Amino acid sequence: MSVNHTDNQETLIEVKNLRKAFGKNEVLTGITTEIKKGEVVVIIGPSGSGKSTFLRSLNLLEKPTDGTVLFEGVNITDPKTDIDLHRQKMGMVFQHFNLFPHKTILENITLAPVVLKKMTKDEAKKRAEELLLKVGLSDKADAYPEQLSGGQKQRIAIIRALAMDPDVMLFDEPTSALDPEMVGEVLELMKQLAGDGMTMAVVTHEMGFAREVATRVVFMDEGQIKEQGTPEEFFENPRDPRLKEFLSKIL
Amino acid sequence: MADFSAKFYANFIKDDRWLGLVTGLKVTIIVTIEALILGVLIGFIIAIIRSYHDKTGRFKILNAVSRVYLTVIRGTPTMIQILIMYLVVFGSSSMDSIIIGGIAFGINSGAYVAEIVRSGIMSIPEGQTEAGRSLGLSYSQTMWLIIVPQAFKNVLPALVNEMIVLIKETAIIGYIGEQDLTKAAMIIQSRTFDAFMPLLAAALIYLALVMLLTFFMNKLERRLRTNER
Repeated sequence: MSVNHTDNQETLIEVKNLRKAFGKNEVLTGITTEIKKGEVVVIIGPSGSGKSTFLRSLNLLEKPTDGTVLFEGVNITDPKTDIDLHRQKMGMVFQHFNLFPHKTILENITLAPVVLKKMTKDEAKKRAEELLLKVGLSDKADAYPEQLSGGQKQRIAIIRALAMDPDVMLFDEPTSALDPEMVGEVLELMKQLAGDGMTMAVVTHEMGFAREVATRVVFMDEGQIKEQGTPEEFFENPRDPRLKEFLSKIL
Repeated sequence: MADFSAKFYANFIKDDRWLGLVTGLKVTIIVTIEALILGVLIGFIIAIIRSYHDKTGRFKILNAVSRVYLTVIRGTPTMIQILIMYLVVFGSSSMDSIIIGGIAFGINSGAYVAEIVRSGIMSIPEGQTEAGRSLGLSYSQTMWLIIVPQAFKNVLPALVNEMIVLIKETAIIGYIGEQDLTKAAMIIQSRTFDAFMPLLAAALIYLALVMLLTFFMNKLERRLRTNER
């Protein structure tokens, strides 16, 4: 009944009984879900609910304690899998941008594609220029990250990930570290990306974005998925009492 | 004044004694460069082994070896180390003492460089590693392309400090029969029975050497900093 328009799509990421503990502290207590091609999954929840840990488990920046993650049919939680190879297909955007301060903007974007031999130097440069044009930051190509505003940095971080031509983009609170007036430009770019058909998983507190852009909203609490659905049913008719409480606090 | 020029003549000009200082300076520079190269090499390798171990828990044996190395080298006098190297390790070999000295000072310096570089690596936020790895770069690619260049810039002043210490520390190489700058000054003293002139000359040459090094390193530091702001 929900997320109908993606039901016939292939599954990109499949998560089975994912668990993560830091010492005795169980952060994820068994998550099973899947992300299909073209979906924009927005993950919300109170702080400490495990939503960032969940997202970071998808490309194994956090090593799950138990459970499996399948990406494009390959079990990437298997230690024998070359995770570097699969990460090339999973772009990630961080709360604090994490641009490389010793490299120019152009070098930030071209570094990985060239080092990983996805493109020649010239191809990568051309691609980077296209991407810079797309986000309106062509004049910053030779600048260093330090010289950019927060919103500009995050847009560069997004196209740095896009330069690897990923199949899915993971966003870990991409607007949480931004001044309020810069949130819009980043969300706008993400919306554009979703419009282009990019598969996305987004941890955010931006409910407007969830309502408008998500194909599915996931509510996490106490290390589990408590409720999920289309934005309409999710926001208009929440069933889980914790979700009701959460929404009443933030909306 | 006449006294001064007479002393100057006796200590430096007569019998071409100044040539001893020049040869000594050459030895000092050669040993320093040998030790510097070896020390930086060892230092970076140990630093990377140690930080890799701290992060992933792997490389257990290499990490243990590194820790023993750091403890022993930092816990014993450099003088004892070069004597052991000269009399015990290479005791029966005919290797030139200028090489033995370079090796001994290099191994010594490496321990200090290792901890300097490690502190630099630790000063880089975890997010930099995560950004590199999330793009698909391997651990070592991330290390060499992203972490180490930034770390190097942060620890350059401390590394320069270590280089300065190294230049001056080579003054004890005279104990294994090498005629470096300090030894050359002492040889002049033994001929002229004047300590002041040759030692002052040696001190001034060391000072000039250190100032020259500091000048170029400051230049390098400024060039590396242009990236930021």
